[in-house]
This record gives sequence, structure tokens and C-alpha cells, in this order.
Amino acid sequence: MAKSPETEHPQKAIGWAARDNTGTFSPFHFSRRETGADDVTIKILFCGICHSDLHCARNEWGVTNYPIVPGHEIVGTVTKVGNNVSKFKEGDKVGVGVLVASCQKCESCQQGLENYCPNMILTYNSIDRDGTKTYGGYSDLIVVDQHYVLRFPDNMPLDAGAPLLCAGITVYSPMKYYGMTEPGKHLGVAGLGGLGHVAVKIGKAFGLKVTVISTSPKKESEAISKLGADAFLVSSDPAKVKAAMGTMDYIIDTVSAVHSLAPLLGLLKVNGKLVTVGLPEKPLEVPIFALVGARRLVGGSNVGGMKETQEMLDFCAKHNIAADIELVRMDQINTAMERLAKSDVKYRFVIDVGNSKLQ
Amino acid sequence: MGQAPEQEHPKNAFGWAAKDTSGVLSPFHFSRRATGEKDVTFKVTHCGICHSDLHMIKNEWGNTIYPIVPGHEIVGVVTEVGSKVSKFKVGDKVGVGCMVGSCRSCDSCAIDLENYCPKVIMTYANKYHDGTITYGGYSDIMVADEHFVVRIPEGTPLDATAPLLCAGITVYSPLRFYGLDKPGMHVGVVGLGGLGHVAVKFAKAMGVKVTVISTSPSKKSEAIERLGADSFLVSRDQDEMQAAMGTMDGIIDTVSAVHPLMPLIGLLKSQGKLVLVGAPEKPLELPAFSLLMGRKIVGGSMIGGMKETQEMIDFAAKHNIRADIEVIPADYVNTALERLAKADVRYRFVIDVANTMKSTP
Repeated sequence: MAKSPETEHPQKAIGWAARDNTGTFSPFHFSRRETGADDVTIKILFCGICHSDLHCARNEWGVTNYPIVPGHEIVGTVTKVGNNVSKFKEGDKVGVGVLVASCQKCESCQQGLENYCPNMILTYNSIDRDGTKTYGGYSDLIVVDQHYVLRFPDNMPLDAGAPLLCAGITVYSPMKYYGMTEPGKHLGVAGLGGLGHVAVKIGKAFGLKVTVISTSPKKESEAISKLGADAFLVSSDPAKVKAAMGTMDYIIDTVSAVHSLAPLLGLLKVNGKLVTVGLPEKPLEVPIFALVGARRLVGGSNVGGMKETQEMLDFCAKHNIAADIELVRMDQINTAMERLAKSDVKYRFVIDVGNSKLQ
Repeated sequence: MGQAPEQEHPKNAFGWAAKDTSGVLSPFHFSRRATGEKDVTFKVTHCGICHSDLHMIKNEWGNTIYPIVPGHEIVGVVTEVGSKVSKFKVGDKVGVGCMVGSCRSCDSCAIDLENYCPKVIMTYANKYHDGTITYGGYSDIMVADEHFVVRIPEGTPLDATAPLLCAGITVYSPLRFYGLDKPGMHVGVVGLGGLGHVAVKFAKAMGVKVTVISTSPSKKSEAIERLGADSFLVSRDQDEMQAAMGTMDGIIDTVSAVHPLMPLIGLLKSQGKLVLVGAPEKPLELPAFSLLMGRKIVGGSMIGGMKETQEMIDFAAKHNIRADIEVIPADYVNTALERLAKADVRYRFVIDVANTMKSTP
């Protein structure tokens, strides 16, 4: 590891990195690999700020390898393509999400589930196949194998579409996999943040009745009038929770704080499904009788495969679904992170990389 | 509740009941209702002893009504049928499991899932439609609505079939519902007791490769040679568990004690399913990360509906699946329950009711 981040690759790059577990960001000079035969080089225009970026910047999961350049909701324009690249050309609007490589040989990869490949390489904080660290989208350019690049639909706004690359696929994938798509059925969305607000929009597009489950009563009017939810349940109100017991077919639990699953499970009908997509750092408590007594299940899901992510983008474009965002400049990122830690955002920050001074 | 158990119904009945939380059973005279137009009355020949009986006689779940006559793995021979009964006749071999009534009109009942009916009536210690308390199969006769009676096919032994009425359906239902029944799949069975040993047999009959997961290395040779399991994993052995990670399509977890789920979730392949059929009385910890990384599921299941219970009995008859039992006389029942509490049985006690449960004049 004799080479520094600046010299290990031939293409100069600049981004903002966190260097220790205070998670404070500052300018960072590094480099990107040469555009290989299968690669697409992308000038980054926008990058969404995902709560995972915050967890990682502060080493809350204990796996951070500093310095870290986060960002896995990346949108930009193609500036160069390798000789084997047929799907993209210069000038195309494209996106990159949570993965940049996988083994392509295992059962998961063969089924289009690169996100479950035991050797998948994440967009940031992973070790790439050449032994160097991956750096994410809080930067000016990125080089990615064409298989892991998404085509951005024409009618999708670049800035508001960026968060779909993680938040969107994170809720879309389990909604399809666990069968939460039958019109008329009742979906509960626990947590109304980056993931939750997109889950409401996608749920409505599937024809579901959607109830937002939240601890914050003040989110109610927006949930209903702006996001289109049918109902709002304040989960800290025991009487309201009791009245809603056994009424939901499915629940997507987007809450990343540690919480008990007991009240949520009680909201499900017999055969109900609770899918957890948030990543709390401690285990959740499950009272087993809530599962056994009504044949309910708790499942997990982690982003989605490449084919499915493209399908999700096209679905959202068709239904005019994009995230509700607040644009920030790169030099405002530390303030944005502090506000995100307090859930003070409606509902995703997106860094306007193209218009930011990075140095 | 003015009438004594002996007088509230017209038919005399005799059984063994626990009268208080000591859980000690003793002879008990009570009565059964007259055979209603949809009822089937049968002479009980055998009744299996389920671990739930043990929990209930000691009021461990807090809902026991004393005196309690347990027993929900009941088999016998029909002696009388009501005028509107179409499925059974005198002389038929029949069984009754965990339920004797439900609302018959809710969403669950409408799809043959009476076991999930919010108003389900359990075979013992529950209030029946007529307001009286139900008494179970540690007794000489049973009267039940024909909807909740299953036929035991000719040629199947009554005694070794009795435990299937609870243990059998409890593991058969989730093997089918969660799709863990496809030939070539690999399924783990945690716990080798009444439920576990039957799970091994059903899964093998479905063409599934089975690994028994247990804390007791001493159960290994029986699991493989006698029950037909393909392999055996000692859950306390870190190396064995590590080597088996990511190898199972599903796991049926029959253990009712509190235990960690994370090692079991680790044994699952991507998209694998852990199904709990035991219900520990404290919540268990679920590490969300292990579910997400691999899109895995933890689900529950509780017995099965009546249609499925009959299907299970017929499947067992076709594949010669029966429980491994120790038949005991009625007056051994307290000792049997003490041994059951120490898991000292291979693998289900069955009371020989017809020959040994007689009221002394």
C-alpha cells in the first residue's frame, strides 16, 4: 500500500472525505482508475445523502476504513466509455447505486441478485478487485463497470431521481419480492424519512392502501396531503395502535433506530409480513408468539440487483415518482449531516456536486 | 358456573385432571355433552402427551382453568354420530387434535385456517359455545363437532398416529406453507423431541435433505440411523456451525426454551427461512443485519387447519410415518410428565387410555 490515494490511479479526482469517527468532512484529493474496456467514466452531477453515509462516516457499524468518501445515490453524465461498452455512450445520463462489482459466478449473481453476492463490492468503503479502496459519489467523477451503471430515464429529474438509487430500490425490491403489490391490500410504512416517503409513493403506485406509522404526529398532514398516504398512525398512542391491530397485510419497517417489533407485528393480519430494511446496530426484540400465533413473518432485504434497479427506475419514471429533496452544496455537507442525525430533512439531502466548488 | 363437572352434561366421563398449579394429575369424574346433530362421539383408545400439556397443567402461560384435563392428540373409535353427520359412522377410527371449535365465518376460517381464528376453541381449558369448559383426551370418551374430527386411515396404528394430531401438523404445516418441501432442498431441524423427530420423518418423505441441529451429541446416532437424518450438527460446536453456514434452504425450530437466533440465521442460504414453532415465553433477539444480508425470513407457525390436518394424516399413512412412542398406563402419567420435563423420552409418551384409564368403582 505504498501509493497514496492521490497517486494510486491515473485519473485525478477530488471529493470530500471523513477522516475519523467525528465524521467531519473536508476536501480530499484522490484518483480513479483508467477507463477499462468494460468501464464507464461519469462526471458526477448529483449525489444523494443516505443515512448509511452518516452511519459509516461516524463508524457506527465498526467497519469504516478511513478516509471515507461516501455517496451511493450518484447521477451524472458519461464522459468516456471503454471498448466493450455497448449500453452507454458519451453524454448519456446515468446512475450508480450501492454496488460497483460482484463475482458474476455465484448463484445470487446468476439470478440477477448481485446485492446478495458474498463477494460484492460496495460503492464506497470496500476493497476493489485491484486491492484499492472504493470511493463514492461525494466527488467529481467515478469509473464503474457498465454492468453496474443504470440508464437514467429521460423524464426523470436528475436531482430528485438520485435518491431512488438507494432509497428507491431498498423499498421497491422487498415490495416486489414479498408480494406487496396486490391492489387494495393494506401496507404500513414505519418511519417517514428518506426510505419511508418513497415507500409511500411506490405503494400508492401499486394501488395499495397506505398507512404511515410514525412517532411524530407533526408529520401527519404532509404524509396525507403531500405524499398521498391514506392514513397516519401515531405509534406512541396506545389507543390508536390497539384500534389498528390486525388490519395490515404488510409493513415496511424503515426505522434505523433500535426498536421493539412487538407493536408493529400486532398491526399485521394473519399471514402478515413485516420487512425490515433499516439497519439498527443492535438486535431487535421479537416476541415469538406474535409470529407463531398468526403465522406472521419478519424478513429482511438489502437494496436490489442491477436488473431490478433499472426496472425500479423505469417504474418510477412512468409513475412520476421521485424523491422530495433539499439541495445542498458540497461545502454545506457537515451541516446537512448534523441535521440528518436529527431527522431534520424533508426527506433527502442531495448534493449539487456539479455546481459545488469542491476545493 | 353453578353445575359441577359431573353434572353439567348428560354423559358420564372419567379422566385424569390437574387441580392446581402443582400440575399433579389425579382421577377425575366429569361429564360430556349429549351427541348433538353434528357431533361425533368416540371411545378414546390413546392420547399423546404434548409438552404444551405440561405448560398448561402448571399454568405456565397464565391462562389455565382448573380442574384441567389435558390431551390434544386423541384417537379412538366412533360409538355414536349425530343425525347431520355425513363424514363418519360408528366403528370408524378417528382423531381430534388441538381445536374443537372456531367461529366458521372469519377470513381465517373461510380459508381452512381455523387455527388462526381469533375465536378458536382449544380442546382443553377453553370455553365452548355452550359456556362450559372443554376437557381434553386424558379421558375415556370425547364428543366433538365432525368438522374438527379427522379420519385415521385403516392400517395405521392408532397409538403411534396420535402424536401426529399436534406434533405432526405443527411441523407439516410450515414445511408446506414456507415451501420447504421441494425434493433436493436442505432443511435443518432444531431440537430432537416430539416435534423434531416427526419433522425429520416428514421432510425425508418429501425428498428433502435433513440436518438435525441439537445441543446433545448423544442424539446423533439415533438421528441418523433410526430417524433417517442425513447429518447432525452440534449447535455448541463452533467449528461445526461455522462449516455449515449458508447451507440450508430452511430451518424448522422446535425449541421452546429461550435461545439465540443469530447462529441459526447464519446457517441459512440467501433467501432462507427460519420457522419457529416453539414459543418461548420471553422475546428473542433478532439481529436485523443477518436478515438483510441475504434477504432471509423468520416466520412463525401454529398447528394447522382441519383440511390440512387430514391431508397430513393421509400423507403420513401413505409414507408409513408414525411417531416413535413410549406407551404408558394412566397411573404413570405424573411420572411421565416429570420425565418429559427433563426431555427423557424417545420421543412422545402415549397414554393407553382404553386399557388403563378406568374409574375405580
